Amino acid sequence: MRRYWRLIALLAAIGLGLWLVPVKVVVLWTDALIFLLVGVLTVFVIYMRGKPHLRAPWGQVIRRPLAAASLVVLCAYVVVGLLDSVHFRERLALQAGVENGAEQHYSVEVLSLLDLLTTPLRTRLEKTYSAPLAAQLYSKETVTLDDGSTARIYPRLDYGGVHLDDPASQRGADIAQRSLTALLLGLLAWAMLVAAWVVWLARRHGHGFRKEWRLILRGEAGLPWRSIFGTVGALILFIALALKLGIAYHLLGTDKVGNDVLYLSLKSIRTGLVIGTLTTLIMLPFAVLLGIMAGYFRGWVDDVIQYIYTTLSSIPGVLLIAAAILSVQVYIANNPDLFETVVERADLRLLFLCMILGITSWTGLCRLLRGETLKLREQEYIQAATAFGVSNFKIITRHILPNVMHIVLIAVVLDFSALVLAEAVLSYVGVGVDPSMISWGNMINSARLEMAREPVVWWSLIAAFCFMFLLVLAANLFSDAVRDAFDPRTGRG
Amino acid sequence: MLAYIVRRSLYAIPILIGVNLLTFWLFFVVNSPDDMARMQLGVKHVTAEAIERWKDDQGYNKPLLYNAEASGGDKFINTIFFDKSVSLFMFDFGTADDGRDIGYDIQQRMWPSLMLAIPVFVIGLLVTITFALLMAFFRATYVDYAGVVLCVILMSISALFYIIGGQYLISKLMHLVPISGYDGGLSAFKFLILPVVIGIISGIGAGSRWYRTIFLEEVNKDYVRTARAKGLPERVVLFKHVLKNAMIPILTGVVVTIPLLFMGSLITESFFGIPGLGSYTIDAIRAQDFGIVRAMVFLGSVLYILGLLLTDLSYTLVDPRVRLS
Repeated sequence: MRRYWRLIALLAAIGLGLWLVPVKVVVLWTDALIFLLVGVLTVFVIYMRGKPHLRAPWGQVIRRPLAAASLVVLCAYVVVGLLDSVHFRERLALQAGVENGAEQHYSVEVLSLLDLLTTPLRTRLEKTYSAPLAAQLYSKETVTLDDGSTARIYPRLDYGGVHLDDPASQRGADIAQRSLTALLLGLLAWAMLVAAWVVWLARRHGHGFRKEWRLILRGEAGLPWRSIFGTVGALILFIALALKLGIAYHLLGTDKVGNDVLYLSLKSIRTGLVIGTLTTLIMLPFAVLLGIMAGYFRGWVDDVIQYIYTTLSSIPGVLLIAAAILSVQVYIANNPDLFETVVERADLRLLFLCMILGITSWTGLCRLLRGETLKLREQEYIQAATAFGVSNFKIITRHILPNVMHIVLIAVVLDFSALVLAEAVLSYVGVGVDPSMISWGNMINSARLEMAREPVVWWSLIAAFCFMFLLVLAANLFSDAVRDAFDPRTGRG
Repeated sequence: MLAYIVRRSLYAIPILIGVNLLTFWLFFVVNSPDDMARMQLGVKHVTAEAIERWKDDQGYNKPLLYNAEASGGDKFINTIFFDKSVSLFMFDFGTADDGRDIGYDIQQRMWPSLMLAIPVFVIGLLVTITFALLMAFFRATYVDYAGVVLCVILMSISALFYIIGGQYLISKLMHLVPISGYDGGLSAFKFLILPVVIGIISGIGAGSRWYRTIFLEEVNKDYVRTARAKGLPERVVLFKHVLKNAMIPILTGVVVTIPLLFMGSLITESFFGIPGLGSYTIDAIRAQDFGIVRAMVFLGSVLYILGLLLTDLSYTLVDPRVRLS
């Protein structure tokens, strides 16, 4: 128990801090589930630490350079997603003249920690589209000049590049100078981080700094530190650029209503992660329970469960999702009083989307588990357990469940990227997340219509594409490594 | 064989009943027809008469399952469930919200969908299997490694981007083919070529990688070693022995999708303005036309079950050891 003192103290400190800060914490449904998931994963990791046979395949995963680099990228996404999952409403100042004890009111705007960190991005709204790093609006407007005459010009932006007197001549140099500073600062930060890390590693391994450094360069230091440090470096450089340029300009431009595209892309991360993880979290208990039951008990239980999953999988996925989401839409439209804020309404729809996606996607895993259980229950050790009179429940939890876990794990990591991609398509069809929710699907959907413009408004599309591509690519590479390490059938080769 | 087909077809009936009950529950029980009327007519400022009129027009003004006012068999026949769900079994899809006959529309729109889906399916299958065989041929070399990486990159790109990128590059910048639209007869070719190519490319990544694993699993088996020991060249081993034996797992995944080709591709058709069943479905979802969505759900499940049956039959064609009984 003493090992967990620090964890408990940390949680208590966070709780106290939240209580003291003048905000009202809003726990959305998906937030609660995300933190439940994080909790489960933490417990799992702590449990695994003492079990070498469970750790071994993970070690194999992490020793692959591509998988290690993907893990770094995924961690960055997860950090952003978690920051964006702590929601609160700011306390409004009490109106003057109201005596103490009056009811405290809170802003209707639900913010997250990420919003707080990116306040300058969030609040600096332009009028409409502007290109990345531009100092002027995308479209011409009629403005009244100082001398009273009117002219059609590209007006200056309200926030992007306001520090320049004459953007036409100064902008290039300014951007170059800022990028260079960002590059240098980023490299400096990176070098310091890597140095500190290597010192720590050297201490741990018990040899000198130079020897450790040589080992890392040769790729013989256990983990593929070269690719890890490389990825971390790329991330740090991007953050430095975003800080240095994003403060003075809109790094990725602005969208139709003037929102910073970088901010939108960052906010979309949570939506993508929620759909990718919660969907599997919701479907997992059904798939595992029903799959194992069908394979273990056979007979009429098997018939019923097979009937359920054949029926569900015979409905085309998109149509089932559409039917269910349309129903939810009708429900939400008819019960507007249930939700205090827009965010809460959008969140409920997101949760329903996860559930429906879960319902449509559990059948494959269920079928796999049923087949595997059918095979396992004929094994000698399970027959021996039956002969000794071990109860069915014990046999399932002690003998069958641990032996099908690799299938579950592989299914979970393989599903993740498909689900992130599905979100974009569903949003296009109109049965995805709530239109008010920031997601890559909604970004693509609104940017799609602007491709016909001249000059083309390409930046929100490309931004959504890059952020999504990076996440899905990292997830795919990582899941490949996981599959190779856990699936006994695919040996390395 | 015939007895097997008949038995399997009978087995489809409870599944279709299940699908029907589920859609009925989603469309009529979760939200009553009154809720739907309010949604369609605008939530606020809607009068009770307007709701009744809408329900009259749609045929939703009956009890859900049991009509106590009717007599005899009408107690069950004169209900929403009978009108809207049971009639689907006779492939009577009713009318859409705009009064058009859904069955007729489906017949009309089936052809453009097939014109797009069949080339994508056939050429796509050939291309992915060829690509996968090449990777298996060069297995454990840099060619294989590069191929896998390419596949992972290709499958990490959203289908939306293939379409948007293709439309922008080919149609807008290079003016090679029209951006969207459709025409009957031979002129359909110029409208279809781009969606077909994009459909093929977007399927290469996931498909090739999957076939590659199937081939590699097969390559490690004993009969392959025997074939090599006989002195057969690797080319013959791969294309004659491995390819034939890998047919079973390939067919399992592929045949089931053939009937579903009728349903068309949702996003491709809607992006390219092809008047097929896919864009029909999307338009219905967007307009919240429940009649069409219900019809398409039913049609989709019928086709899926047909696909499962075809899969079983196809096994007998490629593997003489399989006997259906």
